[in-house]
This record gives sequence, C-alpha cells and structure tokens, in this order.
Amino acid sequence: MTQPTIEEPLGGAPQTDLTLPPALPPQLSPRAIARARRRQAAGRAWSEYRRNSIGMVGLAILVLFVAMAVFAPVLVPASKLDVTKATGTPFSPPSAEFPLGTDESGRSVLALTIWGSRVSLLVGFLASVISVVIGSVVGIAAGHFGRWTDSVLMRVTDWFLVIPFLPLAIVLATVLGPSLANIAFVIGITSWPGTARIVRAQALAVTSRPYIERARALGAGDWHLITRHVLPNVVPLIFANTVLIVAVAILSETTLAFLGLGDPLRVSWGSMLDSAFTQGAASIGAWWYLVPPGVAILLVVLAFTMIGQALESVLNPRLRGR
Amino acid sequence: MRSPLPRVSRRGKVTLVVVGITLVLLLFLNQIVGLWTDWLWFGEIGYTNVFGGLLKTKIWLFVLFGVGVGAFIGGNLYLGFRLRPMLRANSAEQHALERYRMLLSPRIGLWIGIRGAWKRNSVFDRISLGASLALYAMPEFWLGIMLLIAFGVGVGSFPGLFPTGGLSSPNTQLASLGGFWDVARHLFLPCLTLTLAYIAEYALVMRSSLLDELGEDYLTTARAKGLREALVLRRHAVPNALLPTTTLIFLNLGFVVSGAITIETVFSWPGLGLLSYEALRTPDYPLLQGVFLLFSAAVIIANLIADLLYAYLDPRVRTG
Amino acid sequence: MALLEVNDLTVSYPARAGAVPAVRGVDLTLEPGDTLGLAGESGCGKSTMAAAVLRLLPPGTTTTGTVLLEGEDVLTMRPGRLRAVRWTEAAVVFQGAMHALNPVRRVGDQIAEAIQLHDKVGDRQAATRVGELLEQVGLPARRAPSYPHELSGGQRQRVMIAMALACSPRLLIADEPTTALDVMVQAQVLTLLEELGRELGLALLLITHDLSVLASTCERIAVMYAGRIVEEGPAATVFEAPAHPYTRALAEAFPTIGDTASRRNPHGLGGDPPDPRDLPSGCEFHPRCPVSIAVCPTLDAELWPAGEGRRAACVHVRDGHPELVRQVPPMPVGEDFPAHRGVAT
Repeated sequence: MTQPTIEEPLGGAPQTDLTLPPALPPQLSPRAIARARRRQAAGRAWSEYRRNSIGMVGLAILVLFVAMAVFAPVLVPASKLDVTKATGTPFSPPSAEFPLGTDESGRSVLALTIWGSRVSLLVGFLASVISVVIGSVVGIAAGHFGRWTDSVLMRVTDWFLVIPFLPLAIVLATVLGPSLANIAFVIGITSWPGTARIVRAQALAVTSRPYIERARALGAGDWHLITRHVLPNVVPLIFANTVLIVAVAILSETTLAFLGLGDPLRVSWGSMLDSAFTQGAASIGAWWYLVPPGVAILLVVLAFTMIGQALESVLNPRLRGR
Repeated sequence: MRSPLPRVSRRGKVTLVVVGITLVLLLFLNQIVGLWTDWLWFGEIGYTNVFGGLLKTKIWLFVLFGVGVGAFIGGNLYLGFRLRPMLRANSAEQHALERYRMLLSPRIGLWIGIRGAWKRNSVFDRISLGASLALYAMPEFWLGIMLLIAFGVGVGSFPGLFPTGGLSSPNTQLASLGGFWDVARHLFLPCLTLTLAYIAEYALVMRSSLLDELGEDYLTTARAKGLREALVLRRHAVPNALLPTTTLIFLNLGFVVSGAITIETVFSWPGLGLLSYEALRTPDYPLLQGVFLLFSAAVIIANLIADLLYAYLDPRVRTG
Repeated sequence: MALLEVNDLTVSYPARAGAVPAVRGVDLTLEPGDTLGLAGESGCGKSTMAAAVLRLLPPGTTTTGTVLLEGEDVLTMRPGRLRAVRWTEAAVVFQGAMHALNPVRRVGDQIAEAIQLHDKVGDRQAATRVGELLEQVGLPARRAPSYPHELSGGQRQRVMIAMALACSPRLLIADEPTTALDVMVQAQVLTLLEELGRELGLALLLITHDLSVLASTCERIAVMYAGRIVEEGPAATVFEAPAHPYTRALAEAFPTIGDTASRRNPHGLGGDPPDPRDLPSGCEFHPRCPVSIAVCPTLDAELWPAGEGRRAACVHVRDGHPELVRQVPPMPVGEDFPAHRGVAT
C-alpha cells in the first residue's frame, strides 16, 4: 500500500503546483527543494505578471526612465548643465535647437530633465531601501515576537504615522543640511511606518500558524523561524509594497526640492520646479520649463502605481480582473 | 496605494494619554532641535523658545487657526452623524481654503469612486480611474502651477481669468461686498487645485474599498430579499465600504498639511502654509518649530477623531 | 401545479478556457409541503442549484432550461417581477450566516428590511412582526437590536431562518444550514426546520453534504454528482438500500449509531470529485466506482426507474440488477484501487 503524498494526490486533476521540478535527483536536501520550489513560484509569478497588460506598460515606462537616467551622460554631455557655458537666451520657448526651450540661465530644459531623472530616481530608490529595511525589521520584530516588543514598537510606529510628513521632513532636512544622501535619509526615516504595519500584520499571521508552533517544539530558534518561515512569506508582500513606496518617495523628493531643501549642487525634477517657480516662470508663462519635470514625475509615479497594482493582483488572485 | 487600517483603541483614555505624551515629546524635540540648530548655524546657544517663536507671529493668525481646527473637528463630527460627507463651512477667511476643499472633495470624490466600482470597466470607470490615477501621481503643487498658468496667466493669446496670487488685489476694501468677491476670485484656483487632488484620492480609495465589499455574501442575501441593485449598493455595500475609506482618508491627513504648504506657496495665499514656507526660506527656526507643533497637534487631534469615529461607525469594534 | 419545477437546468460559469458546467441537465419537482433533500460532495453543483432557483447567480453565468416557480419561469422573468417574487414565494437560508448577514446592521433591522420591502407597513408594525418571527424560531424578541457578531452561530442561523419566513414564502431553500455548527445545535436547527415546515405548510429544499441529516428530516432525497442527479427517491429507502454506488458510498461513510462495528471500520471512497473542466467520459462516477463494468466509460447514464417512486442513474439498475450495487463490499479509505473491477453479470 503506497502512502499518498501531497505530491501525488489520489486521482482528480493533476496538481501542477506541487510537483517536484523535473530532472532533480530524488535525494535532494529539503533546503534545495525549497529553493527550487521558490524559483518555480517566481517563474510562475512572472508569467502571470506578463499577462497583466497594465503591469507591462508600467514596467516599460519604468525601464525607459531608468535607461534615461543611466545613460544620461551619454545622451547629454554634462557640460550642458554648466551655467557658465549656457548658450541659449533665457526663457526662450521650444525651438529646433532647444526642443524643450531654455531655463533662466539659457540651459536646455531637455538636458536638465534628462539629468534630473538621475537624482529623482536615485533618491527615490535610496529612500525606499531605507524605508523598507527599517519597516520590515520593525514589522517582523513586532509581529513575530509580540507582546512587549509589539506594544512598544507599535506605539513608536503610531507616533510616526500620525505626525504629518512635511513638517517633520522640513525640520529634519533643515537640521541635517541639504544633500542627496540626507534627503534620501529624511524621506526614508519618515515613511517606514507604512511598511511596518503591513509587514507586522503578515508576520503576526504567519507566526500564529500551527506549523510554527510545531517547528518550535522541534527546537527551532527565533532566528531560524524568522529566516526560514516568516521571511519567505513576507517578502512578496514587501516587494509589492516597496513599489508603491518608491512612488511616494519620488513625490516626496519633489516636494522637498521644490521647497528648497534639495541638494543645491544637483539638478532634480523638483529643483527644476523650484528654480522655475522662484525665477518667475509661472508669471511669464514659461510653460516649457514647468511642464516637462511635472510630466516626467507623473509618468514615473504612474508607472510604479501600475506595476504595484499588477503585482497585487498577481499575489492576490482575488483581486484579478480589477 | 492603500495603507492598512490603524489600530483602533477602544478606550479614549489610552488615546488621550498617547496624544498627551506625543505633544510633550514634540515640545521636547523642538527644544532639542532648536538647541542644535542654533549651535550649528549660529555657533552659539542663544535661542528663543518655541512660545517666543509663536508669539512672533500675529496673534490673530493663531486664533484663526484655532477656529479653523475647531471647524475641522466640528465638521468631522457632523460627518460621523450623517454618514454623508458634507461639512459645514465656516466664515473665517484665512482658513476658508481648508474647509472649502473639505466641502467638495469628499462628496464628489466618493461619488466618483462608488460609481466607478459599481460599473467596473465601463467607460466612466476607465476614464475616472485614469484621471484619478493621473491626478494622484502628480505633485499637487505642480497641478496648481499648471492651473495658474492656464487660468491665471493665460496661455498664448488666452487671457488669464483669475488673479495670480495673494489674498486680494491691492486697493480693495476687504470688508465690502466687492472685497468679498475679490477674495473669492483669489480663492478659486488654490481651492480648485486642492479639491482636484483630493477628489482623486477619495475616488481611488472608495473604489478600492467598494470593489472589496462587492464580493461579500450578505449582498447576495440582500438581493435575494428582493432589493433593487441600486439599493443593495446604497444601503449595504457603500456604508460598509465607507469604514475603511474613512480611516484611510484620515490616515492621510498628514498629506493635507503638506498640500496646504506647497499650494499656498504657489498661489501666495497668506495662510499658515505660506508662513511655514517663509519661515523655511528665511530661515526662522523658532517659527518653524512653532508651526510644526501646531500642524502636528491638529493632525493628532484629527486622528483621535478618526479613531472615535470608526468606533462609532463599526459596531464590531465597539463591543467585539 | 407543482410549486417548483426545474426542467433540464444547466448552469455554466465563465472561465478562461471556456464555460465550466456546474449543473448539467437537472430535473426537479416539488409539490407544496414537500420536503426534498439534495445531497452531494462539495463542488457537485448543489449550491449553484439553490442560487439558480431565485436567479441569484453571479453575472457572467449562462443558464439554460426552465425553473418554474408557481408556474412562472424565474429565468425569463422581468427584473421587476423577479424582485417581487423573491422572498415572497421562495426564500433562501444561506450557509455561513456570519457572512450572509450584514455585520454592521442590527439583525432586527435586516429582518424588517425584508418585510418592508414587500409590504407597505410602518416601522412599528414591522418591529412587532420581527419580534413574532424571532419568537417563532426560538429566539427572544429582545434580541432584535443585536448585531450579528454578538450572536452565536446557532442563533445567527435562526435569525436567517426568521428572516426567510418574513414574507411567508411557500418554499424555503436551506443551503447547508447546519455546516459549521456544533452537533447539538445542528439537531436544534434541523428540528426547527422540520417543525416550521409542518406548522406553516412550507415546502423545504434542504441542501447539504451530510446524508444522515437528510435521512431524518426529509421525505425524499436526491443525490447529486458532477452536476447531475444520480439518484432520487424516498429518504428511508435511499438511505438504507441505495440504488446508486455513489449514494451507497455516501451513506456508508457515516457510522451507524449503535453499531460499534461500523464505527471502528468507517468506509469511504477513494479519489476526489471530478474537475468540472475535465469530466470523465460516459458515467462520470466510473473512475471511483467499485462496481463499474466495461461499458461504463461509454455509457450515457440516465435516471432509470429503480422501484416505487425511485430513480437511479446506474447501469445495474437499467439492466434490472439493483442488488449488484450493494453486493461488493466498499473499499476501506486510503487504498488505491484499479479503475474498474470486473463484476459477474
């Protein structure tokens, strides 16, 4: 009499999700099997994602902008940003020589926009990394250890959540001084609570599952439980959330730069808007200076939002068809 | 796009304690920041304390802000009682900006969200979803600048219809009828900007909540009883969907503040937001800290209201 | 005129690869006051049937056939007429009353809503009627202002029943009314349904996977498998002397009270219910059937007469050897068995 395993259910439709990957020797260690399964799952998630047209469009836009940022020095020589070498008349409308017009110093707005993508995207990513790392650590700690740790950490999280973002960011940015790293730090520091909450909820759910209790009975320590059980279950959620965090981080950088808190030595989309506005571009109707950075931000944030929605529907089948 | 629900404290006492401690911490933080900043920038410790900084502003601004907060809270209580997002406007001019926005945005935004979720994938839904996403993705002050250029300055040969900033045109008597109309004209564009930005947010959140709610079993029961589809929506689905929507909206109150700061800057509207901007640019640290304190207090109180409101709206939280 | 007459009902759900049939050509008849139990495993289509009677299926489903409620076809009614008919002629008690009731409204209000939807009565009158209904199902009237989460599972189920009776329907459809309830509470709810059926002259369509429940509560039983009815007949005989191998497996899966031997040796059925997207050929039950013969994979099974008021869709019944169904001892749970074993004919 053969014992039915979960791999081969008795009769019924074949369960493709649970079969071992082909061509693997049967005597593989559990860890290798787990890893192989995870790779399979990732592959399936990707093919499911590919079917989501919104997600693909978002991804395409993002790839385009990242390429623009990475290849900026190739597309536009850095000298174009030098105020002393500017050749155009200030505030001139789009023309053949300057497709997007010029700024207050006569520099090409197109060049500024392309170079601006570097700072905006970089700060966005950096801030998100900081935010997600802190948020995940706090969330997992709170959700897994519970009780005291949870209470204390949640009070701190609540505090951060409730304090309005901009005043806090302004105060911190003022104290720390204007530089790229500082701005990323400030944004990261102020936005981790969102991730922390989500991660905590998931960590709580996972920790209360029966197999955790059994693993503990077998002698598993907290580190093992967290890295082998909680983390794998939490990572997809974190991933989907990160995408949205990046979008918010980019918007935050724009706002801070607009208020004059950005790195004065570098061009970012937000600082372009700041310069434009303070130099009176709005009053003279120099729309060519104001529209491109805004549109760029709009497209990038939209791209992230679309990717985020697609990821959500891939990870949560209930949401498909939204 | 969706932040999770906050933990709702069932006992107001606990929340009040939290609020109290928070305010104390804030003051403390302010003192420390003040010390450090002064030392960093002026190379010496000689600071005026927070309250001195506050007193530097015109007292009447402070009072009006208090009135504004009061109206805000009062309005939210009304919202709770009627489950309909209508807020009473107050007449104080300086903070009309906030309140006029609150009057329009929730009403329209929620309606758009509901209609979009109900007729999912219809033309209305696609357009409104696209527009909402686009509005949500752009910095609100950029929207303001665009509107300013389009309607204030005029593009190409089109003349501007609205003034480009400030509270009122020079040489107008504020107390007269003409003055009132003038202020209204100046108020229109900033108000429109804020309204559009928050309509988008409300619509997206409501649509999302409602879509979640539409899969629930009790709606089938309601239909089985013979209820018309519109009533199923209005009486059962929407009130339940409003619960997470209300909390999410309150949770994002922090961004209302940042919106106020940047938009008042764009339109030179003399409110606390513009004050913060000027304090930032000068820089005037005690004033900055004072403003920070005020904003934080307002948002904390609003969040407290949100907690209480949620407990009122969801009986499961009250007794469960 | 029959109260409920279902003719050749087919319900298909939309899917990426084509429509998936959940119910395939079902015929059913209920006279006023009848009690019919509908049994089957999860996924056999019985809940879909329940929803179909009042046209409560999700949008996108395709339905063919007719469902005559008091002579009118529910499937082709105008929406206005359908809303009027719902709850007044037939009412449904759904399973899992936790999610079937609106969690943020008081139960009294929800019952009153049903009343005021079809009867122009004032709030005071409606409240009185709500009190009466609650008393009728064994709940004190003062429970009306409670919220669903304040009540126990059994109490919620009673509330659902009270709500279903609000407009004095002639047919009550109970979809898994006892699932997820404790055994004692199950018994109470079943007794309640029985009594109400008798007192009010209600016709009862009781849907469940628990055959033993039906045996005691209903006069007649119909057994569903893979979207079709495979056996139908008086409850006692269907349970004690099944004419279809599936019914037999269902009946024998439950130990008999008082028979200790059966308790120590529960019988079951290997395999899983068939995937509606990929049904076996011929008689859908043949891969799991202990008495299948060579012709079964190509047989187009119909409900053949199997005695007084009984029908069964098994080849042995058609051939006049119903006793063969009960001849072969069933397989113990957990053992593989070959596709079909030869049976001497």
